[in-house]
Amino acid sequence: MATTAIQPGGRGPGGPGGPGGARGPRGPVDAGQADIGGYAPVASSIAALITDAPQPQPTLAKTFAAMMAREFRVLRRNAVSTFTRAVMQPLLFVFVFAYVFPKIGGGFMLGGAAHSNPVSGTAGAVSGSVNFATILVPGLVASMLLMQGIFGVTFPLVMEFSWQRTIEDRALAPVPIRVLAVQKITAGAVQSFLGACIVFPVVLFVHAAGQAPHVHVTNWFLLALIMVSGATLTASLGLLLGTVMDPRKMQMMFAVILLPATMLGCVYYPWSALHSIRWLQILVLINPMVYMSEGLRAVLTPSLGHMPLWAVLLALLGGTVVFGFLGTRTFRNRVIN
Amino acid sequence: MTTEIPHAVTTEIPQAATPQATTPQAATPQAITPQAATPHAATPQAATPRVTPGSAIRTQDLRKTYSTSRGNVEAVRGIDLDIPEGEFFGLLGPNGAGKSTTIGMLTTLIHPTGGKAWVASTEVTKDPVAVKRRIGVVTQNNTLDMQLTVAENLQFRSRFFGLPARAAARRAAQLIDAFGLGDRRNAMADQLSGGQARRLLIARALVHRPDVLFLDEPTAGLDPQTRVNLWDILQVLHEQGQTILLTTHYMEEAEALCDRIAVVDHGKILAEGTVDVLKENAGAVTVVTVRYEEPVPSGLSERSGLAGRPGVTKVETDHDQIRVFSRDPEGLLGELVEIGGREGLHVRDAAQLKPSLETVFLTLTGREYRE
Repeated sequence: MATTAIQPGGRGPGGPGGPGGARGPRGPVDAGQADIGGYAPVASSIAALITDAPQPQPTLAKTFAAMMAREFRVLRRNAVSTFTRAVMQPLLFVFVFAYVFPKIGGGFMLGGAAHSNPVSGTAGAVSGSVNFATILVPGLVASMLLMQGIFGVTFPLVMEFSWQRTIEDRALAPVPIRVLAVQKITAGAVQSFLGACIVFPVVLFVHAAGQAPHVHVTNWFLLALIMVSGATLTASLGLLLGTVMDPRKMQMMFAVILLPATMLGCVYYPWSALHSIRWLQILVLINPMVYMSEGLRAVLTPSLGHMPLWAVLLALLGGTVVFGFLGTRTFRNRVIN
Repeated sequence: MTTEIPHAVTTEIPQAATPQATTPQAATPQAITPQAATPHAATPQAATPRVTPGSAIRTQDLRKTYSTSRGNVEAVRGIDLDIPEGEFFGLLGPNGAGKSTTIGMLTTLIHPTGGKAWVASTEVTKDPVAVKRRIGVVTQNNTLDMQLTVAENLQFRSRFFGLPARAAARRAAQLIDAFGLGDRRNAMADQLSGGQARRLLIARALVHRPDVLFLDEPTAGLDPQTRVNLWDILQVLHEQGQTILLTTHYMEEAEALCDRIAVVDHGKILAEGTVDVLKENAGAVTVVTVRYEEPVPSGLSERSGLAGRPGVTKVETDHDQIRVFSRDPEGLLGELVEIGGREGLHVRDAAQLKPSLETVFLTLTGREYRE
């Protein structure tokens, strides 16, 4: 293909800003002519962008798949930071509570609450006390679902809605804005699910002698269902938070949302253990973390007291629908002025 | 003898030099009022849409009002456009004129509060997805995906528009070569210079061969050389039949690139047409401004008979300066110096703007072009 460089200076007497500029034909560039700014556009190459352009046939499925592919590319690029973020919290927790404390003679055991479950009435009696690592496994997995869901959706979204509004990059893709919101939830859920999976080897293998958690999965389908439901719920919550929170007050999210959700989310104790503080046991029911922790407790450590599974699944599904609906609506309102 | 003085001199004139603050327009019978000078005045904005076969963009009384804590703000107040396929059309106006809001409504990112808009024969609010399939948008902000490299930005945008991965990679390579980004192919988007980022934004908007290309202030903040490069690119695209809607607040940019221009201010089109038509409609006036060392005495313009001078369409005075709009500026500058001398005024500086979009803007709005 013959190439003709556009003459940068060829704008007539007015120069670049002159009234006669940019209209006349441009001759071939001189061999010794310096490119302006290190780049001289070549007319034939630019023209070929129009004449040789492919004819794309976008469909909703193709665009959605491409957006997911973009998410995976970014996830892969940030794999080290994502992995580190996912590993550190559970690693430190189990290291302190399942390794350091037992070694120094302060091992945590949970007794009575595990024996009796007066509120839920579910089976939960175990003989003897339960080591703390067993209590921690479902709680830390649930905690990671929440953290990754928030980190995977809320923080990128806040950046995309900042003054440069890079969200417009994907808002101009040929799909409805609602689909873009659903794609954000899906991508966040995948990240949340993967992050939670990383917790398992950490909590299962880091412990002092005799402090191994007693995990027994009897229903893998239920485990997957609860993890996927929990991941979707946290990603939906992440979408809602990312579209309603003031970017300048993001640090408040840790104090107002993440910390209370984790500390009062039955991560470190089963919900049934709160029966002696009845008001708190009822109050924490507004915390979606409770249902994730209890659901995972039901499928990972079924011998411990836990909420009925139907209640867990109902809450996870309901929470996903509510957060997803609200998040999608606020997302659309933020994207379309 | 006329003296060409750089535009920069005239920008020193305070904005207070408005018709309201100076000689009333009634004193200049030939004064061109903004409305009278607009093509719209000759062809009033009709209630029914103007249907033009082959329209790439058409709007009918397009409006956008924002509700704020301080009340409603009318950003766009009834804009009618009809842009045929293949045209390079410019929306020219100062910051805050409503240009970006108009583009936002045409590109589905802003919901109109009134009127209608069609892009590529599709009503924007009724089928925004169909519109998005057929447009390319270069946003004013750098909206590149900062998590991706240059090549990935183009590849994924191609895939968003349905190209398979391999075809997307080929298209990205073609765009990278054409836009001279080969050595930055694997650089992250946030590592690009302003000019490179702007080129990538334009390349990204072209991945799917859009029917209409929207460019919102594409050269704002760029150095003159980079701006010239982008002009060249846009000119070649236009020569290939690409329909382009450009917003700019650079008069010379609109004048150099656009087939037709609409001058916009305060959410309304003040005038529309080719550069030549705009100049003609606005009176093709030369604007002569003289600033004196001393304040201009009241009644000077009346005493001097300037308003009655052949060719003069308007005379404005403000504090220490006098501005005369004239179709026949020959000798006017000297006359102003002489008139000042008779009143004991000493000339500090003078400027003469030949008929241009800047004088059109001055004539239409009665005030300085504010960038």
